[in-house]
Amino acid sequence: MERRSSLFLLSVLCLGIAILYIPILVLIGYSFNASPLVNVWGGFSTAWYGQLWHNRQLLEAALLSLEVAVSASTGAVILGTLAAVALVRFARFPGRLLLTGMVNAPLVMPEIITGITQLLLFVSMMQLIAWPHRGFTTIVISHVTFCTAYVTITVQARLASADRSLEEAAMDLGAHPARAFLEITLPIIAPAILSSWLLCFTLSLDDLVISSFVSGPGASTLPMVIYSKVKLGVSPDINALASLIVCAVGGIIIAAGWLMGRAERRRRLEMQLAQQ
Amino acid sequence: MKATGSPGRWLIILPPLIFLLVFFLIPFAFAFKISFAQTAAHVPPFTDVLTVTPEHHWHLSATLANYRYLLTDEVYGVAYLFSLRTAFFSTLICLALGYPMAYAIARAPRATQSVLLLVIMLPFWTSFLLRVYALEGIIRDNGLLNTVLLNLGLIEHPLRIMRTNLAVYLGIIYSYLPFMVLPLFATLEKLDPTLLEAAADLGSPPWRAFLTITLPLSIPGVIAGSMLVFIPAVGEFVIPSLLGGPNNLMIGRVLWDEFFGNHDWPAAAAVAIAFLLLLVGPIAVYQYYNVRQLEA
Repeated sequence: MERRSSLFLLSVLCLGIAILYIPILVLIGYSFNASPLVNVWGGFSTAWYGQLWHNRQLLEAALLSLEVAVSASTGAVILGTLAAVALVRFARFPGRLLLTGMVNAPLVMPEIITGITQLLLFVSMMQLIAWPHRGFTTIVISHVTFCTAYVTITVQARLASADRSLEEAAMDLGAHPARAFLEITLPIIAPAILSSWLLCFTLSLDDLVISSFVSGPGASTLPMVIYSKVKLGVSPDINALASLIVCAVGGIIIAAGWLMGRAERRRRLEMQLAQQ
Repeated sequence: MKATGSPGRWLIILPPLIFLLVFFLIPFAFAFKISFAQTAAHVPPFTDVLTVTPEHHWHLSATLANYRYLLTDEVYGVAYLFSLRTAFFSTLICLALGYPMAYAIARAPRATQSVLLLVIMLPFWTSFLLRVYALEGIIRDNGLLNTVLLNLGLIEHPLRIMRTNLAVYLGIIYSYLPFMVLPLFATLEKLDPTLLEAAADLGSPPWRAFLTITLPLSIPGVIAGSMLVFIPAVGEFVIPSLLGGPNNLMIGRVLWDEFFGNHDWPAAAAVAIAFLLLLVGPIAVYQYYNVRQLEA
């Protein structure tokens, strides 16, 4: 195509990336500002980071959020992988359409609707069977629900493109189908499982709306604490906390992406060598 | 797996099916039921719609008051329309910005492509709440944008962006842009470049080739991306709450206040059910294209 249109595409791309990144970079910049006033640069300081360690409320909320995120992403990975296997490998079964719908709907369902409906369920269940108590358990259940959708979509795509001939060969040689799946197909879809675990972890760590609805007294996750602080106005220690979270998550994602890319290239190489 | 048809496969199908049924689908039934209840001063704060009398008779005490309230109180109609309008225009702007971005990435060399994709994905992985908060640092009265413009002498008084509808638009576009770019990239990447070459060989100018070949073939991506932005944006709560003005009545915010402010759970349930009915159309469109794309 013409050079003019390429220039146009490139500038929009740069504009879009600038829009995505400038606020975060500015936030990190602010977090090192010694002055608590946002429009005055009072010199470089890491004091706000130091203060975080003395804020018990934040530390407790962070711990709860991490526990929730680990439990929810692990649960979601198990359920989501099972759903992906069911949808890819079993062409027909009763409830297939229902499962497809329930796996896709949470991706677009406004969080506020999911939050309200799940709270009403938990409250009604409490009346009927005296379980679950609102707090850690209900937050984990809610997070598993929306995270499962992301796992299924990711693993489904990977599983659909996986070569089945090796698994079939193993079964022809007498391997039990479950064993053939675990030893051959599972390693192939492992990167998708791992990356969806990470995605669930970050989504769970970030969720405000659903947690606010289904949580009970005394259980405040980190986003809930951050939201109530931010609602009152800008606070410099939140700048520091936000920078820490953004850098930690960003770092983990980049590292994981690089490691998985490398493992993937090695696996492909081994496959090529094995087939020669 | 060979086990097709054997009972073993139910061990795989049932756990996710039952979990999602109980914790995703059935909650809507409860919300539907409670939307016909009345508020009450006990825990939980609503009356029973269905009760079993000691003589084992079912007793139904439903009220349509919440839905009547929804139709008569102007605030809900205004909020629904306002949310739909805000989401619609934000989606259009995201599309206008996201399409050229996705196109540029799809035409980039392979190695650059994966880096660019990571650059677009990364904000999606990092905290949504914190990114909205970060945007506040740019657009507030003494934020970076105003400081720069004032120092350059382009403006004399700080621009009032925070707590306006403009801030809500900016927030939605900033937060949801990756959701637009990624599905668009996925369809544009699959596009066969020889089609465009053939069009060029036959004398078609690039703009015409784009309009008659690229654009029609990328419609599934346009729809998937638009729905991924539009549907959550209609129900957005965090952005209007943190960036919007006190008069910004997005439905998510009204729902939140009904619940946490007024403690009127049945009314909130009715608002949620009505809201869901409004979204059934867009969700169905999204599902249709999504399933078709997965099977392609």
